[in-house]
Amino acid sequence: MSGPRRLREREKLIFERSSVGRIGYQLPALEVPAVDPAKTLPAATLRGEIEGLPEVSEVDVVRHFTRLSRWNYSVDEGLYPLGSCTMKYNPRLNEELARLPGLAGIHPLQPEDQVQGALALLWQLEHALVEITGLARVTLQPAAGAHGELAGMLMIRRALEDRGARPRTVLIPDSAHGTNPASAVFAGFDIVEVASTAQGTLDLEALGRHLAGGDVAALMITVPNTLGVFEPEIVRAAAMLHERGAFLYMDGANLNAFVGVALPGRMGVDALHINLHKTFSTPHGGGGPGAGPVAVSEALVPYLPVPIVERTGERYTLSTGRPKSIGKVRGFYGNFGMLVRALAYIRSLGRDGLRAMAEGAVLNANYLRKGLEQHYHLAYDGPSLHEVVFDDTLQAASGVKNIDIAKRLLDYGFHPPTMSFPLIVHGALMIEPTESEGVEELDAFIAAMREIAREAKETPDLVKGAPYSTPVRRLDEVRAARQPVLRWVPKRP
Amino acid sequence: MHRYLAGEADRRHMLAAVGVKSVDELFATVPADVRVGQLDLPRGRSEEEVRREFIAYAIRNSALDCFASFLGAGVYRHLAPSVVDSLLQRGEFFTAYTPYQPEVSQGTLQAIFEFQTFVCQLTEMEVANASLYDGATAVVEAVLMAHRVLPDRPRVVVAGALHPEYRAVLDTYGAPMRLEITTVPWGPDGRIAHQRLAQAIGPDVCAVVVQSPNFLGPIEDLGPIAEAARKAGALAVQVVAEATSLGLLVPGGRFGFDVVCGELQAFGLPAAFGGPHLGFYATRQAYLRQLPGRLVGETVDADGQRGFVLTLSTREQHIRRGKATSNICTNHGLMALAATIVLSLLGKRGVREIALASHTTAEYLKAALRGGSGRAALAFPDAPTYNEFLLRHDDPDALLTRLKDEGILAGVATTHLGGGWPKGILVAATETNTLEECDRLLAALGRLA
Repeated sequence: MSGPRRLREREKLIFERSSVGRIGYQLPALEVPAVDPAKTLPAATLRGEIEGLPEVSEVDVVRHFTRLSRWNYSVDEGLYPLGSCTMKYNPRLNEELARLPGLAGIHPLQPEDQVQGALALLWQLEHALVEITGLARVTLQPAAGAHGELAGMLMIRRALEDRGARPRTVLIPDSAHGTNPASAVFAGFDIVEVASTAQGTLDLEALGRHLAGGDVAALMITVPNTLGVFEPEIVRAAAMLHERGAFLYMDGANLNAFVGVALPGRMGVDALHINLHKTFSTPHGGGGPGAGPVAVSEALVPYLPVPIVERTGERYTLSTGRPKSIGKVRGFYGNFGMLVRALAYIRSLGRDGLRAMAEGAVLNANYLRKGLEQHYHLAYDGPSLHEVVFDDTLQAASGVKNIDIAKRLLDYGFHPPTMSFPLIVHGALMIEPTESEGVEELDAFIAAMREIAREAKETPDLVKGAPYSTPVRRLDEVRAARQPVLRWVPKRP
Repeated sequence: MHRYLAGEADRRHMLAAVGVKSVDELFATVPADVRVGQLDLPRGRSEEEVRREFIAYAIRNSALDCFASFLGAGVYRHLAPSVVDSLLQRGEFFTAYTPYQPEVSQGTLQAIFEFQTFVCQLTEMEVANASLYDGATAVVEAVLMAHRVLPDRPRVVVAGALHPEYRAVLDTYGAPMRLEITTVPWGPDGRIAHQRLAQAIGPDVCAVVVQSPNFLGPIEDLGPIAEAARKAGALAVQVVAEATSLGLLVPGGRFGFDVVCGELQAFGLPAAFGGPHLGFYATRQAYLRQLPGRLVGETVDADGQRGFVLTLSTREQHIRRGKATSNICTNHGLMALAATIVLSLLGKRGVREIALASHTTAEYLKAALRGGSGRAALAFPDAPTYNEFLLRHDDPDALLTRLKDEGILAGVATTHLGGGWPKGILVAATETNTLEECDRLLAALGRLA
């Protein structure tokens, strides 16, 4: 994000680059006889020229987007320590494989005998995820983690209805990601927040009290939780829920911490979504596409979305005849391109590599914790797995907040940690290095964070005014929300 | 050790610094009864071995490029400029996260702002979001928004010729919300029966959902549909599954629709066995605070220069939690970038030219089939269509199999889409179909249909 001045200059909008008569494409010569759309289409439906579309050449387009790309930070550039987002390396092999014409160039409505390879791939991925989770079956359909949460909660709802039960309450710890309550509500439940213990973990006594109320459908919980701490009472919690006919939903956002070490199936989990763009290396793409397969226990198998892939001998079919299914949660079979990448990652790492991945993630997080715990306040001091949550308590005396520390990190060439949650930590700095990093990258980050801690004490205004070296300075978010400008409009002459 | 991970020296150094003898000690909080010894998965493999496995999957599929393909039904093969994928493969784009730190995400943010502008231009609507998963979930979000705007109205009126995948997903989401869905069938010309529509819309209806061009191909008469919805105080929703049609057809925005949403895959995204594709969502300024999903807005930085940020996020789950307008978090950002690049390349002239070429090619096929071909005949010969039409046939699966043996994927049979569809083949043409392919299809239909 540096370089000669001309390359650092702001890039106009593509619409502002427009110059009459430029084109960036050429279609094959149209050999079929021309038709006059005024004769083939009703006059009221026929559109004229679309106002404002740009006229740019292919070179213009390449330059425009190449320049834009230079204003982004990315994993390819360095550590991206967003807690719970798991920004790990995205292998190039996976990109190549997802683009094979036999995988990218197939239509979802081709007959089954024309897509046996695709169905085999889906079956292999499902069964790898069954092995990794220790659960009974997996739907690959959901398009992202939050979408998986919704699918899981709809299955739980349907299972309860099947038993003639209509409990309305879903319990969610106060440390949860914001999608959990939103997904539960869209599945038709009411949510009740459960306060965490002083250690930041699930409060079994509180759980017991809520269960005694008798209206609980499920508990949604993240393991390890958003503090990076393993929930020590998860097995007991599952038993308490099951005793009352309720279900345990696990948010798999932090699965990266224990792949190959522990099995959600053994924890008593009934449904678990897996963010393939976290644990299984599919690229985040600047905000998706993700993929959010959901693994379920035997109790929820009848309710899985349709279709699912079944194998008979060497033949694969899409099974739709599942009367208790919740139906479909999106078109077709899921974000197939992302599923291809995830299976490639699982194959590349293999059984030992997957465990080494979790070990590396946990070791790296603990190394960062060790390097920073004298300089930043630990919100909760329980043992960390894959991430560690500091806060800005030590810096607050000089008026420096977590957001200032984050912005100053940009000047040191690092992407900041997560700050928006967990809500139980005020001024949170949630750091997840992932297994992709070696010592020197972690050391550089530790050095930057220590330097900022020193600056916060000695020159707090320097930190509060950061960043200084980024393509733009701190942006006026209040103005963006108060006077929304959400699209470009042509200037009137 | 593994090529994606750090090495032995890294591990030794870090273990010593942390003060433990082995990594196992760091997992001490994980109880013994939930642990696993070793996963029953293959050993780790080299690039070459993994590539071999995936090529084996790929060659067991019939790739569209090896055939004359007329498959559509919501997923289309249009031009695929090499520029698009070459730009998408820039790590600065595809290995970045959601642009929560705008100072180091201006590339993604500006591209999304451009995307939102393109969607507004195509739909003639005032605001568009930063993308949704796909066409099906876009329809759901439209209906849920209508229900938020009109919470006392539990009923939704949906055209029968809505894409069956979209309808199936709407049914799934509608159940827990206790939405009652009334289906209005198509008439003899394949377009929604306006009389039946008028009867179906009442004061308890929050949304009227119509796909145009509809799933069977015909272009709906949008004006009266918007008018009928408006009279009853319901929101009118236009669904577009073949987005290139917007280059030639007046969008719902001009007819007073409240939402225009659907699927943008047609603008340069691969079929990819159904995903990732690209849901889009455009509406009126009046519904801005009820809009689902992310939005990028323009602002200025501390030095007064233009910049872009995620904005109005108090609608979203990470702020509003259980009261959010949608549970969506990750959307389809990279696919939105792809469409933005394609739309930039096409520009003012190309968006129309690609639509006209697709329409012209389909009209060529329709003209040749007007008198029927064997047992195959146009289902709705009098309806205006864009680039897709239904060819009636009493045994479409057998016919498609015979055509495939001749190197032709003639279309999508309506026999596996759930009940209620007329028996036949949905045939779609785009600017990628040559005259030779069209003539080959027509000749083969003449012999085999």
